[in-house]
Formats: sequence, structure tokens, C-alpha cells
Amino acid sequence: MQSSYADVARIIPEIFLTSLALLLLMMELVTKKKEFIGFIGIIGVVITAYLTLITNPGRAFSDMFIVDGYSNFFKLIFYLNVILTILISIRYLKIEGVNLGEYYSLILFATLGMMIMASGTDLIVIYLGLELMALSTYVLAGFLRHEIRSNEAALKYFLLGAFSSAFLLYGIALTYGMTGTTNLKDIASYVTQHGIAKNPVFTLSMIMFIIAFGFKIAAAPFHMWAPDTYEGAPTSITAFMSVGPKAAGFAAMGRVFFDALGPIRLDWVAVIIPIAILTMAVGNIIAISQTNIKRMLAYSSIAHAGYALLGLIAGGSEGLSSMMNYLLIYAFMNVGAFAVIIMLRREGFKGEDIDDYSGLAKRHPLAAGLMLVFMFSLTGIPPTAGFVGKFYLFMSAIRAGYTGLVIVAVIFSAISAYFYLRIVMYMYMREPKAEVELSTSAPLGIALAITVAGVLILGVFPSIVIHLAKASLLG
Amino acid sequence: MPGKYIPSDYLPILIFLMVATAVGLGVLIAGSIFRLKRPYPEKLMPYESGNLPVGEPRYRFSVRFYIIAMLFVVFDVEAVFLYPWAVVFGSIGFYAFVEMMVFIVILVVGYVYAWKKEAFNWD
Repeated sequence: MQSSYADVARIIPEIFLTSLALLLLMMELVTKKKEFIGFIGIIGVVITAYLTLITNPGRAFSDMFIVDGYSNFFKLIFYLNVILTILISIRYLKIEGVNLGEYYSLILFATLGMMIMASGTDLIVIYLGLELMALSTYVLAGFLRHEIRSNEAALKYFLLGAFSSAFLLYGIALTYGMTGTTNLKDIASYVTQHGIAKNPVFTLSMIMFIIAFGFKIAAAPFHMWAPDTYEGAPTSITAFMSVGPKAAGFAAMGRVFFDALGPIRLDWVAVIIPIAILTMAVGNIIAISQTNIKRMLAYSSIAHAGYALLGLIAGGSEGLSSMMNYLLIYAFMNVGAFAVIIMLRREGFKGEDIDDYSGLAKRHPLAAGLMLVFMFSLTGIPPTAGFVGKFYLFMSAIRAGYTGLVIVAVIFSAISAYFYLRIVMYMYMREPKAEVELSTSAPLGIALAITVAGVLILGVFPSIVIHLAKASLLG
Repeated sequence: MPGKYIPSDYLPILIFLMVATAVGLGVLIAGSIFRLKRPYPEKLMPYESGNLPVGEPRYRFSVRFYIIAMLFVVFDVEAVFLYPWAVVFGSIGFYAFVEMMVFIVILVVGYVYAWKKEAFNWD
């Protein structure tokens, strides 16, 4: 079937973002002021967000691509993530001495991949989006090319990521072999019509999908890459990776598992429940013994993937909307925490050790106060957004009948208070060790203002986003 | 039918694989039985009348070769896509022209980037 111009109209945001990324790549060649490229990127992403909102919902390209509330909500998270990342990067890249324009176009290409993942309704389209996202992120993880840790991060991420892509492809191949189609809806209808739901080959392909997406969202036992990659990558990219690709993984997971594998829902839920428990356990328990704050937040990010999986397990519009809500809130609080970490980084001082936060409240009360808010939110203490997010997730899981799972999640959530509040304890109850100077800048300040406002506003008025998420699923 | 999926269409491939394995092994075994065995040092060298194999088989290449290889792949793929496009161009028409121009423009951006970054310079 030939594509029509109505199809092209549905991907205008994607086309615009591609052109923008190419434009930034060309600007890199002519302009000396690299931060200017970043600002153009932000303006472009804002325009892309506007274009996304005015795009007509519907299917396009022979049912391979869809614009609906679900995809738009996730795209909103991606835009927020990329804007915040650019804001916190501008000063940081100069400090690290890698002030290159390619950084911004790579970030935009990664975001483009995420958008395609959220909108794909065909396994091959989802795979294309995933690869575009992953390849750009591998390069970004190794962006500090003169630093060995960064190279290690990129190499580990690349090798394990390539493996997980292979798993995804193998799953797609098996599904195609069984059903003769890669379209999500057609797979589900073929499975119900021909009664192959109990076929072991189909179950195997389901396992392959769980492994591949489990890798992208850093769920245990597929989380091995996350600590090393998060620690070694540039801090701004760690913030970007811990929100964007994770949310994109959940977006694609939600589509594949509910649309294509809907007929065998009980089977995959039975596999994902132990994965969710293991993910929460590994993330929260190993985070306790970390002394590097980036590494600690990497394990925390693993644990949060475990919480978000509860929404997927609960299912239905309530479960999915609580998962989407949580991922948006997570974007605010996690990027905020990384923005504070970036503030501590300056020439000749890493500021990644938890000890470096000793007595921060005495010297820089504002920075310590912001970190306090983000740590409270990551723990899930009201009135921050983290509490609201967890509340909706746990509620949806209880309503779906997974009370035992929620009890486990609450216990692990209580354990997580130890390592989040330890930072707060260091900041407020220890004497300052060395002179810590902050490297602030206007864009970083804006990013911090946005994130702290997001965390507090969504914590006090939680209904805004959850209603938006629910409406996007129904409408 | 649950659990009764038999890919019978692939049976010829299985037979072919078995025949290929049998022929390959059979020729080797038959050769080892019937051929004359008169080994001498020159004959046992990896390349008869070639260079003497000295040194490590793995040595480091200049990183520039990788850039050349990468650029080659990009433009090779472009050429591969251009061929089928040219074949069906007549039946699709203007839409195909626009699509291919989009594809080429994206590659040209990469080309200009590589050029300006002096990826084509050997030194």
C-alpha cells in the first residue's frame, strides 16, 4: 500500500526533530559558540512538542505507526527529559572539556528513536526506534573520550546492548515465524484465532521480549551494565539515560505486551512478577553500600524500574496510567538530583563521592535544600511527587489483586530510605570537610527551578498528571 | 493447533543440509583413504611459494582504516538502495523521487560533516 500525505502529516514532529538534529550537526561546523547550538536545540524541541500536540491522532503507514494519547504522553516525558538534559549540560560540557556540538544532535537523535519506539505499532518499527536510541546513547556514554571510565561505560553498554538487541530480533523472528506478521494487533488476533497461545515457541518469543526490554529498563537480572555505565558516562548523560531510554523501554513494553501478547497476559505477568521483586531487591539493597553518588543513583534507578513494573503488572488503564505518571515524576526528581551533582563538579574536583556532600547545608543551604527535596521525593515522602507516584502505583497493583507484591515493594521502599536519607544526613549533620564551590549557571538554575517546581507541584496537586495520563489512555 | 506446529515447508532445506554434510564429509574421508601421502616441509607451509609466515597474526591497524570502512559502508548502503529504487521508479513516480531525495539529503549532511571534519584526509 502506498503512503499518502495524511500518513506523512502524522510524523511531522519526527520529521521536524530529524531536520533539527541535522541542522545542529551542520551548525557545529560553522559556529564557535557551542552553547548557542544547545539553545537552538531547546527551542526546536519546544516547537516539536507543540507540533506533537496539534498532530491528528490516528494510524499511519499501513498501521505501522500510531499517534495516540499514550504515545503523546511518553513523548512529553522525552521532550521534558531532553530539554532538562541540555540545560544541565551547557556549563558541564565546558568543565569536562568536551564542549562539542555533536553532543546536542546525538541527544536529539536518541530522543527521535524514543519517539519512534513510543509510536511504533509494528515490531520492526519499534526495533528501528530502539536501535536509533541505543546507538546514539552508546556514543554519548563514551563522550569523555580521554577518560578511561567513560570509554569503559560506552563499551560495556554497547556490548551488552548489542546482545539485548539480538534477543529482541530473535523474539521478533520467532513471532513472525509463528504468526506471519510483525504488526502488534495482527499478532494478537492471529494468536487468539489459531489458538497458539500455549505453544512453547510463542512462549519463548515472549521470554526474548522480556529479556530485551528488561535490559533497556535495567531490570534485574539484566541490570549488570547500569552501574558501570551510569558511573562512567558524563553526569548529564547519566541523567538523560536514566530517564529517557527507560521511559521509552516502558512505552514499547506496554505496547508489545498489551497489544501483541495480550492473549498470554497471565504468562508474562507470571514472569514479570519475580523480575519486579528481584529488581527492587537488587536495586535497593546494593545501593546501600555505594560510596559514589552516581553509582548509588544507578542502583536507585534500577529499583525505580522495579516499582514502575508494578504498573505494567497491574495492567488496565489504571495500572498503565500510574506507570506513565510515575515515569514523568521520575524524570523530574532524577534529573533534579543529577543537576545538583553537576553543580558540585568543577575543574579538578569530581564531587561524586558521598563524602563530598558533608556539611553542604552550612556552606550552600540552597543547593542542600534542593537535594533534600529530590532525595525525599526519590524515597517517596510526602508532600513530594515521589510519594504520589508510588501511591498511585501501589494502589493500582492492590486493586488488581497483587497485595503481596505491594507489601514487598513497600518494604523495599522503606529500605531505600536508608541510602537516600544518608545523603541528607551527610549534608545537614556533618561538618564540612573541604571547601566545596558550586559551579552554577543560568541554564542549570532554570533546570533546577523546573525540576523542583515539578516535584513540589505534582506532590501537592497530584491529580493534574494522573488525569492527563488516564485521559490519554482512554481518548 | 496447540503444540503441533511442524514447519514442513522447511523439510527440503533439512534434506539439503543433510546431503551437503554427507557429501562434504564423504569427499574428505575418501580423499584421506585414496590419496598418496608424501609430505615435505615446503608443502606443509600455509602458502606454498608465498611469503614466509613470520610474526603475530594479530597486529594493530591504524584507526584511520576504521573511518574509511565506516564511510564505505554508508555510501555502499546508499548505492544498494539506489538500485531497487531505480527499478521501481517508473511505477511509483514523483513520491519515490521525493523519498529518495530525502534519503540522499540526509546522507549529504553526513558527507559534508565528514568532509569538514577531515575524515577524508589521511594525515
